[in-house]
Amino acid sequence: MTAATYFFAILFYAASALLVVGLIYKIADFARTPAPLLIPTTPAPTTTAGVVFRMFREVALFESLFKSNLWIWAFGWMFHMGLLLVLARHLRYFTEPVWTWVALIQPFGLYAGFAMGAGLAGLWARRFLVERIRYISTPSDHLMLALLLGIAATGLLMKFVMHTDIVAVKSFFLGLMRFEIQPLPEHPGLYIHLALVALLMIVFPISKLLHAPGIFFSPTRNQADNPREARHIAAWAAELDGK
Amino acid sequence: MAGPEIKAPAFREFPTIPALQPGSMAGSKSYVANEKIQEALGFPGKLDDDWQVTHDKAIAKMGDLLGKYRGLKVFMDSCVHCGACTDKCHYFIGTGDPKNMPVARQDLMRSVYRRYFTLPGKFFPSLVGAKDLTKEVLDDWYTYYWQCSECRRCSLFCPYGIDTAEVTMAGREILDHVGYGQKYSNEIIGKVHRIGNNLGLPGPALENTLEGLEEDVKEETGVDVKYPLDVHGAEVLLVTPSADFFAEPHIESLIGYGKVFHAAGISWTLSTKASEAGNFGMFIGNYDQMRKIALRIREAALELGVKRIVVGECGHAWRAAYAFWNTLTGIGAGGNDPFAIELQKQLDPNYKQPAHICEVTWDLIQQGRLKFDKSLNDHRIITFHDSCNVARASRMGDLPGGQFDIPRNIIKAVANHYVEMEASTIREKTFCCGGGGGVLTDELIDLRVKGALPRMEALKQIADHDGVNFMATICAICKAQFTKVLPYYGFNMRLVGGVHQLVSTAIKLGDEK
Repeated sequence: MTAATYFFAILFYAASALLVVGLIYKIADFARTPAPLLIPTTPAPTTTAGVVFRMFREVALFESLFKSNLWIWAFGWMFHMGLLLVLARHLRYFTEPVWTWVALIQPFGLYAGFAMGAGLAGLWARRFLVERIRYISTPSDHLMLALLLGIAATGLLMKFVMHTDIVAVKSFFLGLMRFEIQPLPEHPGLYIHLALVALLMIVFPISKLLHAPGIFFSPTRNQADNPREARHIAAWAAELDGK
Repeated sequence: MAGPEIKAPAFREFPTIPALQPGSMAGSKSYVANEKIQEALGFPGKLDDDWQVTHDKAIAKMGDLLGKYRGLKVFMDSCVHCGACTDKCHYFIGTGDPKNMPVARQDLMRSVYRRYFTLPGKFFPSLVGAKDLTKEVLDDWYTYYWQCSECRRCSLFCPYGIDTAEVTMAGREILDHVGYGQKYSNEIIGKVHRIGNNLGLPGPALENTLEGLEEDVKEETGVDVKYPLDVHGAEVLLVTPSADFFAEPHIESLIGYGKVFHAAGISWTLSTKASEAGNFGMFIGNYDQMRKIALRIREAALELGVKRIVVGECGHAWRAAYAFWNTLTGIGAGGNDPFAIELQKQLDPNYKQPAHICEVTWDLIQQGRLKFDKSLNDHRIITFHDSCNVARASRMGDLPGGQFDIPRNIIKAVANHYVEMEASTIREKTFCCGGGGGVLTDELIDLRVKGALPRMEALKQIADHDGVNFMATICAICKAQFTKVLPYYGFNMRLVGGVHQLVSTAIKLGDEK
């Protein structure tokens, strides 16, 4: 058993714990904070079912972004959908036997890796080429793209250029899930890939990646437009009525 | 700074996005409120001499707001700097100042949020663009949070629905709490509390104005249309922006409201106490002020015993009324607490509470209770400017989008010539007039003129092509702003007017001799 095996075992336990605890903390924080006023961006749905449908369109199709800027939409949507398929494809490393639908999407997940990379490259190019976006970009915006692109590149590299022993990788992760350490193949590409993924998990709850849970709590998108029909009042605001 | 050097930007041949001109609007700063104005609202009179005290107060207030407003917290955390909003703000389009891009305006606060409220900002500030709160940063807040009209156009286009208006409101709220308020808005709020309306018209002046109005209408039409004030037991309480009482073209719409009620035989009244629909508490993001200002309407409604509450042509007032009154004052329906029930049992459940005057007029038209001679508007070729707060923060009627269709339906019912402006500048995509959200003050005229550019371009197109000579709108601020800036773009200032001005022209009062 190599030192690297122990290192990555500990890293993934730590990264998973930070991701889960961090996200639970942030989501609880979003959920706990009151929204004292109804501020949906109108025209807005008037019912909860309508809100669910609006949120679905935002999350699955990026509707507002589509209306806003087709370039960002195309690159962003390509990246996110690619990422989704790639993540789904990776479920085969964590399930035994592999679920049927995961097995079925394997060929698509492969192309998704390229779509993901292309989307990221397009988004990154905009940070250099478009003056307005260059102005608002911080070093962390660039690093986040570098991180994701690094994950995509090392993943594709292992698939097409420098193969690694994926059966051993799978037994390593299945082992982690049973709290047993199994040997991780010695492979520099794999080490970089896994280290970057762990880093992504760690920064998720403390970075702009919070847009993922954030959208579900965004009052301009998740509130129904019914202020005349129902009295909407936050606890801290209701106290004022008695005064 | 207002003077001959203020010029309108040239119309763009194509609506290209301007190149960045950093700092181009850094000198456009609205006047700071003096101690008297500040203290009347319970805010500190001025910045503390010790910067550390101001700094600590500002950060504490920010923490307070982050705990009270989910929107602010989510918006601070969620932005990914995608850039979708960067070309959506009329002030950016008109000025090219990068700090007028919505994301950059938000980042003035987000950079401070990251520094004080997030781990990466505490440990790696330069990596994530986090900044200490310094006097320079606070000055930037003041300058650029008072260059936002809270129109929410950016929120429409943000993939996470981040609403810069909410950030601007929070910024202004923090500024007020460290003694750095804006003269224009805070002085007006003081007037509402002291006198009852934004323009400071006392009761007797109001009475005189309304009597004069009755005489004018009688002279013009031969009909005794009443403009009643403080009538107990009237069915409708009309709450309208105080500009309607004397400003041009606003007063033409007030005349129109009266004619509608007269023709439909609905008893109505204005109120001295509630002689202002506007609510500048919203502009400064202060819940208490917004609530106090709104409570005047509740009190007036209870005192006068009215059955319905109707709001006149005013954009942000309609947002406050439609979206916030039920929360703030119980004016609405569905309340199950004693405070709300006290008022709601008095109001007639057969009507929407509050209702927009356009909803009232359109209902009456549909019921066939109003008759018009459309040809009386034939000298006008009309377009409609959607006001931002009506378009993106409220509704009319039962269906989403009613706020666009109902005013247009009214115009088409009372006039023969209607032309729509370019599709990307109307309905929810409408451009702000350039004067909303608390910037309708003379020292910001440069900003106001430049911010009107996208709307003026769309108007120019149909003025040249279709001969449009009347832009109807349902907002007191839009009317005042356009009256002022239209001449800068070579238009007649009288090109703007109200929807009920058109109604007023064409309506048959039923009892003409």
